[in-house]
Amino acid sequence: MTRTLVVIGHGMVGHRLTDLLRDSGWRIVVFGEESRPAYDRVALSSYVDTWSSADLELPALSGCELRLGEKVVSVDRDRRVVVGASGVEISYDALVLATGSVPFVPPVPGRDLPGCHVYRTIDDLDDIRATVEAADRPGRKSGMVLGGGLLGLEAANALRGMGVSPHVVELAPRLMPIQVDDGGAGLLKRLVEKLDLTVHTGTSASSIERDGTRLIAKLASGLELDLDVVVFSAGIRPRTDLDLGLELGPRGGYLVDAACRTSDPHVFAIGECAAVEGVTYGLVAPGYSMAEVVADQLSGGARVFPGADVSTKLKLLGVDVASFGDAHAVTEGALEVVVNNAVAGTYSKLVVSDDARILLGGVLVGDASSYLSLRPLVGKEVPAALLQPGGAVDVEMPADAQVCSCLAVTKQTITDAIQSGVACDVAELKACTKAGTGCGSCVPMLKKLLTECGVEQSKALCEHFTHSRAELFEIVQATRITTFSDLVSKHGTGRGCDICKPAVASILASLGNGHILGEAQVSLQDTNDKFLANLQRNGTYSVVPRIPGGEITPEKLIVIGEVARDYGLYTKITGGQRIDLFGATVDQLPEIWRRLVDAGFESGHAYGKSLRTVKSCVGTTWCRYGVQDSVGLAIELELRYRGLRSPHKLKSAVSGCARECAEARSKDFGVIATENGWNLYVAGNGGFTPRHADLLVSDVDTETLIRVIDRFLMFYIRTADRLQRTAAWLEGLDGGLDHLREVVVDDKLGICADLEAAMASHVSDYADEWRGVLEDPEKLARFTSFVNAPGVPDPTISFRAERGQRVPVSLGIPEVVR
Amino acid sequence: MIVCDFDVLRPEQGVAALLPDGSQVAVFLTADGALHALDNIDPFSGAAVLSRGIVGDRGGVPVVVSPVYKQAFELATGKCLDQPDVSVTVHGVRVRDGVVELT
Repeated sequence: MTRTLVVIGHGMVGHRLTDLLRDSGWRIVVFGEESRPAYDRVALSSYVDTWSSADLELPALSGCELRLGEKVVSVDRDRRVVVGASGVEISYDALVLATGSVPFVPPVPGRDLPGCHVYRTIDDLDDIRATVEAADRPGRKSGMVLGGGLLGLEAANALRGMGVSPHVVELAPRLMPIQVDDGGAGLLKRLVEKLDLTVHTGTSASSIERDGTRLIAKLASGLELDLDVVVFSAGIRPRTDLDLGLELGPRGGYLVDAACRTSDPHVFAIGECAAVEGVTYGLVAPGYSMAEVVADQLSGGARVFPGADVSTKLKLLGVDVASFGDAHAVTEGALEVVVNNAVAGTYSKLVVSDDARILLGGVLVGDASSYLSLRPLVGKEVPAALLQPGGAVDVEMPADAQVCSCLAVTKQTITDAIQSGVACDVAELKACTKAGTGCGSCVPMLKKLLTECGVEQSKALCEHFTHSRAELFEIVQATRITTFSDLVSKHGTGRGCDICKPAVASILASLGNGHILGEAQVSLQDTNDKFLANLQRNGTYSVVPRIPGGEITPEKLIVIGEVARDYGLYTKITGGQRIDLFGATVDQLPEIWRRLVDAGFESGHAYGKSLRTVKSCVGTTWCRYGVQDSVGLAIELELRYRGLRSPHKLKSAVSGCARECAEARSKDFGVIATENGWNLYVAGNGGFTPRHADLLVSDVDTETLIRVIDRFLMFYIRTADRLQRTAAWLEGLDGGLDHLREVVVDDKLGICADLEAAMASHVSDYADEWRGVLEDPEKLARFTSFVNAPGVPDPTISFRAERGQRVPVSLGIPEVVR
Repeated sequence: MIVCDFDVLRPEQGVAALLPDGSQVAVFLTADGALHALDNIDPFSGAAVLSRGIVGDRGGVPVVVSPVYKQAFELATGKCLDQPDVSVTVHGVRVRDGVVELT
C-alpha cells in the first residue's frame, strides 16, 4: 500500500526533501503557508534587481500534492492526522516538520510602527519597497538595518538597490560577529562604507518614533537617525509555533536525534526548525544535509546527520568574505597567522594548532580565492609554505577532504569518478557525484581536480588542428586568411575533415567573406549548408523560408501552400513559428526557392549553425496583458541577426509580458517585456539538457538591449567551442555570468566597440543565400542529382501517403510504391 | 562509361553519376589530383548521398564522410573506418582525353 508523507513547510529544505523522494513510491503532501512555491531564499536580496519572483524560482516539483497558502492548524499524533486551515485532514505514515524560522525582532519600543519591516520573504521585500516608494524625502532615501550580521548586510544591499542609503546598527563591536574576527571586520567595515553604508557597531536602537512621514530612531550611543524605513534582521529563531507536544532543544527548535527523528518515530524535523541533538543551524547547507538524511531514512536507509560545516564564503556588497573552521581561535593554545594588507584591501587569518602543524580555521576578507583550497585542509596537517609570508595557497588537498560541503562530497569520491572514467567533465561530475549542485562554489575546484587527474581537457579542434575554435577564430581574424587550404597548410596538418572544415567555414562566414557557397568555401560546408536546406533520412531536403517573428500575411501563406502542393512537399509547422516543407530533391531546390523568393521570402537558415528564429507572443497590439510590442521587436531582432554564422544554432524569443508565452527563457537570448522596457536573458536551452536563461540586464530600452545582444552574440561567436550552445559556453566560462556581464555590459576588456563594429558589418553585408544561388549559374549548376544525367530524378527516392501527405518510403525495406 | 568532363570536377567535392542499370557512383577528386569512385549509397542510411559528403583525411588516409550519420569511408578501398566490417564497392575510374570514365 502506498505510504503517505506529509511535509509541513515549503521552503528550500522542504523542497529539497520532496525532490529527493520524487520517485520513491511515497505519496507526498506538502503544506506551504506562503502562497507561492518554494523559492531560493538565499538569493532573496537579488529580487530587488528585477522584482520578478520567477528569477528566484526553484525547479518545479512533480508528483507531489502541493497545498500552497494553507497553514497547518493542528497535528493529532495519536491518530497520525494533519489538519489544514481549510479543514482538510491528511493521514500520514511519516510527518516531516520543515517550518523554518521566524525573524527575531528585538523588543525596541516602536518596532510595530508602519515603515518597520522584517527581512525574510518575497512579501517582506514587496512591503519594504512600498514603504520606500511612499517616502517623500527628496533625493536618496534613508534607512536603518538593525543587525550587522550576514543577513543584515544582505538587507542593507537590498535597500541600496532600492535607492536607500542604509545605516547598519550592530550590537556587537564588529560586523558579522559570528563569522569574522576584529581584524577582518575592520577591513569589511572600511570596504562597505565606501558603498554608501554607514556602520554603527557596539550600539543598538533604544526607540523608534514616528515624526510625520519620517521615522526617528534613537541609538543607545545617543545618536538620532532620521529615516524612511527600518528593517530588522537581527537573526532568526526556529519556528515551533505548531505545538505537537514534542520536546524542544535548549535554544528552541524541535529536538531530533542524528537521524532527524523526534521522540515520536513517525515525526521528523529538518532545516532551521530542527535542533539536531540540540543544535540548530541557520544555513541552507546543513538543512539540505538533513533533507538527505530523512530521504534516506524514509527509503529504508540508516544515514545520520554528519554534522555541519558552517564555513561560509560569500560576496557581500561586492566584498569577498569567508570564514571556516575555528575562525575565532577558541581551541586551546591555537595560534594565529595574520596578514592584513590595508593597501590591497585584503585580510587573511589562519588559525593553527599550538604546534603550528594542524590547520584549525581561518578568516578571509577582500580576497577569498584561497578559501576553496584552505577549507578542506581544516583538521589536517598544514603545509609549511602556507605559514610563510606570501606563502603559496595552492596546496595539495587530502583525499578525505570535503570538496563540496553542501552535499558532503569528498575529494576521494570525485577523483574516483574521474579515474574510473565515469566522469570526464564538470557536468558529468555533477551528475554522478552531486558535487557542485548545491551552492556551486566548488565548481572551480572540480575543474582543477579534473586537470590534476590528467583529464586532458584538450581544446584541440580535431586531428588537423591543435588549436581550439576560439584560437582559430583569432588566427583567421588576425591573419585575414580566407581559405581553408591556406589555414591548414600554415597552422594545421593534413587535408581537414568533417569536424574542422565546417568549423572553419563558420569562422570564415562569421568574419564576412561573401556567400558560403563561394568557390573557396563550398567544399567545407556540411551537406545542409552546401544545399542551403536540411538533409532528411531518404536523401531529400526540407525547405524553411524565414517568417520573422512568426508574423505572416495570408498571401504569403497561400504561396507556401501552393509551392508545397505543386511539388508534393510534406508540410509541418515548426516549433519556431514557421513552416517546414519536406521532400524536395536537390534538383527541385532552386525552383522552389525561385517561387518563394519571387513572393518575397528568403532563406530561413534552418540548415545553418546560425540564427534560427526569434519567436514571439502577440504583444501589446492584440494581447490584453502585453506591456510592450513583442512582435515588432522579434521581427527587428530576427532581421538584424539573420544569417549570422555562429558556433552552433541560435534561438531567440520575445515575450510581451512576464507571463512569458514565447518561452524566452529557454532560448540562447530571450527578451521579456517589463513596464519600463526589456529584460534580457541569455544562455537558455531546451533540448537534452534544459537550462533557464540567466538575466543579463533589466529594464533597458530597445537601443541598449540591441547593443548588449550585439556584444553578447559576437563575444560568444569569438570564444565558444565548436558546436557549443550558449548554455554550455556560459557554464564553462571562467567567472560565469558575472564575467560575461563585466565583458559585455561594463566593457571591462575594452572590446565592446570592436564587437559592435563586427555586428554592424554583419548587418550591412547580409544578403539572402537562396537569391545568391539563383543569381549565379555556377552555383546553380551544383543542384543536380547526377552529373551525367541532369534533370533525371534519383531513383532511390520514393514516397508513400500518410494522413493525406507524402512521406518517405523507408529505404532498404520493401514497400509498395505509389 | 562516361561520367563528365574532367573540368567539371572540383577538388574535394564529389559528384554522382547514374549507371545504366540504375545504380549510382560517387566520383571524387582529391587535392593531390587523384580520382576515386565509390558506390553512392551510404550503407548506414540507405540514402544515395555519399557524393555529398565532406572529403578530407583521417590520419593521412583520404576519406569521404557520409552526410547522414558521419561515418568515414576510405576513398581508395571503400572501407568504413568507423565500422571495419562495413564497406562500399570501389569502382575503377580514369581520365581519358579530358573526360572522366568509369572502367
